[in-house]
Amino acid sequence: MKLELRGITKRFGSLTANDRISLTVEPGEIHCLLGENGAGKSTLMNVLYGLYQADEGEILLDDVVQHFSGPGDAMKAGIGMVHQHFMLIPVFTVAENVMLGHEQTRGLGRLDLPAARARVREISARFGFDVDPDAVVEHLPVGVQQRVEIIKALSRDAKVLVFDEPTAVLTPQETDELMDVMRRLKEQGTGIVFITHKLREVREVADRITVIRLGKVVGEASPTAGNTELASLMVGRAVELTVHKEPAQPVDSGLTVNGLTVLDAAGAKVVNDVSFEVRGGEILAIAGVQGNGQTELTEALLGLQAKVEGSIELDGVELAGRSVRQVLDAGVGFVPEDRNEDGLVGEFSIAENLMLDRSSGAPFVRGGNVQTKALNAFAEEKLKEFDVRAASIQTPVGRLSGGNQQKVVLARELSRELRLFVAAQPTRGLDVGSIEFVHKRIVAARDAGVPVIVVSTELDEVAALADRIAVMYRGGIVGIVPGDTPRDVLGLMMAGEHHTSEGEAA
Amino acid sequence: MTAATPAAPRPSTGPIALAVVRARSWKVPIALSVFALGAVVLFIGFAAKGRTDFRFSQSSDFFRIPDLTVAAGPVAVVLAIVAVVMAAASWAIVVRGRRVHPWFTAVFAAVFMAGFLTWAAAGEQLPFTALLLGAVTLSVPLVFGALGGVIGERAGVVNVAIEGQLLGGAFCSALVASATGSMTLGLVAAAVAGVLVSFILAAFAIKYLVDQVIVGVVINVLVTGLTNFGYTSILSADPEHLNRRMTLPNLPIPLLSDIPIIGPVLFDHTIIVYIAYVAVAAVWFGLFHTRWGLRVRAVGEHPQAADTVGIDVNRTRFWNVSLAGAIAGLGGAFFTLGSVGIFTEQMTAGQGYIALAAVIFGRWDPIRATLAALLFGFATNLQNILGIIGSPVPSEFLLMLPYVVTIFAVAGLVGKSRAPAADGKPYVK
Repeated sequence: MKLELRGITKRFGSLTANDRISLTVEPGEIHCLLGENGAGKSTLMNVLYGLYQADEGEILLDDVVQHFSGPGDAMKAGIGMVHQHFMLIPVFTVAENVMLGHEQTRGLGRLDLPAARARVREISARFGFDVDPDAVVEHLPVGVQQRVEIIKALSRDAKVLVFDEPTAVLTPQETDELMDVMRRLKEQGTGIVFITHKLREVREVADRITVIRLGKVVGEASPTAGNTELASLMVGRAVELTVHKEPAQPVDSGLTVNGLTVLDAAGAKVVNDVSFEVRGGEILAIAGVQGNGQTELTEALLGLQAKVEGSIELDGVELAGRSVRQVLDAGVGFVPEDRNEDGLVGEFSIAENLMLDRSSGAPFVRGGNVQTKALNAFAEEKLKEFDVRAASIQTPVGRLSGGNQQKVVLARELSRELRLFVAAQPTRGLDVGSIEFVHKRIVAARDAGVPVIVVSTELDEVAALADRIAVMYRGGIVGIVPGDTPRDVLGLMMAGEHHTSEGEAA
Repeated sequence: MTAATPAAPRPSTGPIALAVVRARSWKVPIALSVFALGAVVLFIGFAAKGRTDFRFSQSSDFFRIPDLTVAAGPVAVVLAIVAVVMAAASWAIVVRGRRVHPWFTAVFAAVFMAGFLTWAAAGEQLPFTALLLGAVTLSVPLVFGALGGVIGERAGVVNVAIEGQLLGGAFCSALVASATGSMTLGLVAAAVAGVLVSFILAAFAIKYLVDQVIVGVVINVLVTGLTNFGYTSILSADPEHLNRRMTLPNLPIPLLSDIPIIGPVLFDHTIIVYIAYVAVAAVWFGLFHTRWGLRVRAVGEHPQAADTVGIDVNRTRFWNVSLAGAIAGLGGAFFTLGSVGIFTEQMTAGQGYIALAAVIFGRWDPIRATLAALLFGFATNLQNILGIIGSPVPSEFLLMLPYVVTIFAVAGLVGKSRAPAADGKPYVK
């Protein structure tokens, strides 16, 4: 089935998210949609899937104009979607998830679970998946959950499959397997739209590439195009894909973590006996697939976790068991992984957000009163220093773009005297320009002699920043390796394979 | 870097298992110890005198079970000692790092309750069958209310308006039954009233995205005001035609109602009680075994996922909140047609909130919620009966009993329960 989008325009108020976008996907073709976060890829796909209605333009399947008033219509027409955030009910079984929305029933209106199980098995067999139809989805690893999403789409006879940023949650090996699955789908005549911002993946599977920037198609490229060429098309200017940094000059003092264990509310060891050290002047990157204990580890460092055992020693001072206030006063700067949830108060102005961690005394508070003059002067200065693009320091942080929000967080955390800097997912959801800036500031903190911990699920970021890399898997550290360790070795470690020696993965 | 990868390991397809340190929960041993201590103080400290006579049958029964008469003092002391031993055993179990099995707690509860009844009814006759019969009867409106709560919350709408649905149902059933002379129409009117109350909840919660708990509480106040007004200005003006005393007849089920104890307790009731039995089974079967239930639960767990497979989330929620209202409204008819026969102001007396507690205690499951409702009904009736036979426990304390049980049940014994993930959250695309 041939899919064609013609002149799709979608506006939200004054913002034009999609501006006359046209593209065609032939049967048995993998069409990559490349663009930065916020370029309008997901909006376009939601229009295609019937979740949004286009203001202008039309969708054609095999040259017939379609009108989708909801996802149900799109599915009936043969369009399937594998969402970035899986659209699976966590407490349902695989079979229940696959049948939901087009349930078959037998006597007394009972759900026909045997039929659904058989369908799951049949599709699994066709693509070599190993998925138990009776497993509860929330207990499955994300890679398998994604397969359930694929099975779900195929069980409705999808002829065109849309993959929305499918590799964000996968290990490199799982990503490779997903690429194989895509190729197999393609062989069977399925048309695929593959949305991503990762250049490596695009060049590996794409038959055709359409690049989108700021809601517009800015060009088409062939899969043979180079990384720099694709990146500059995507961003609109020449970009540096690597961070320039001198070799690390570590000093002796720094952070020593010993036997750190964190229990969650149910008593599960979400961080399991972790030991490492970071010396002043080096960056330790903590790599791993999301959800392997990195969040809890960074929160434990900051004193945000309740059940912590083990020792966290910073320049000889024990931090485990201290309150967050004491940890901050000991000189720890922290960039949380979700800036909107934990890093900023959206309704507060930039200036107010810049003093959030210093509300208890001088220089910004005297006798219980906020010293507006001192605060404003400080905020103006930081606005310039960190290149925050905003109308004024009184602009609510919630109205800034992700990149500018993250710069506000960095400005606050880096403007104290630091003895340790922890940045969790510092560039998640940022545009390439902001990523460059954030990376430069992190390297600058390192060069100033601060021990730096960067937690990232993006191997590109880990490779760009790390002097040493610790890989986490299911709460434990699989190994600590040099910063230039090859990607495939890291990938195996992220899947839990213990690293034995350099260049010889287990 | 696109270097050839070495043979990739297959991603494991099994469940993710982290090492678990099972935190020892001292909740059960502490609770059992408190009760065991209470047993020692009451049963031994304030030792009972005389004999307790447990009556299992009435003279009119087809099969008669002889009464059980025991010496209250010694029996209560023995049971207190058993309770202490079991409490100690529960400490030993937890110290060894194991969990106290729910059955263990259940047996302890039975021992304590047997001791308490023996002690409290010393020197008197305790009508055991009447105790259970009243428990079932009193729990009927709670069961209807809890089913209404379960359906609403499974679909993602917190149904705090159960109280209003019960009260509205009670009012309309009395009014319509009196005015038309048909109690069947009265039952229908009760369900309709519940649906109308639900419409308000659904409109504000689903369409206008107002906080569901607040809307629910406001609705309850509104319905209280409306029915009070209706009672004083309409029903009281002409009680002969608008609030006549009408009660549904008991329909004993042949054979089943002749079984000793169980028969009179479960199978000699009005039609409303039988409807409750059927409703519990139907809601359970519907929720977990039919298309309707799968969709309701999907909408309450992950509305966006339901939307992406073509389920209209807000329409599903709207109709299921309405259905919840119909069921809870029908329960309202129990207060009038099912028992006293006429409507009086605020006659539901907070039962809707107890039903809501049963929903949580029952972990959003129709069967468990029904069992919770039965427990609350039992506590209420125990207070009634002990009040009648005259017991050493002060009556003020007895009045607290149902609510104390509710608080303990919801706060302490629920354990780790998980509400539907999107419960109380409006769905906006």
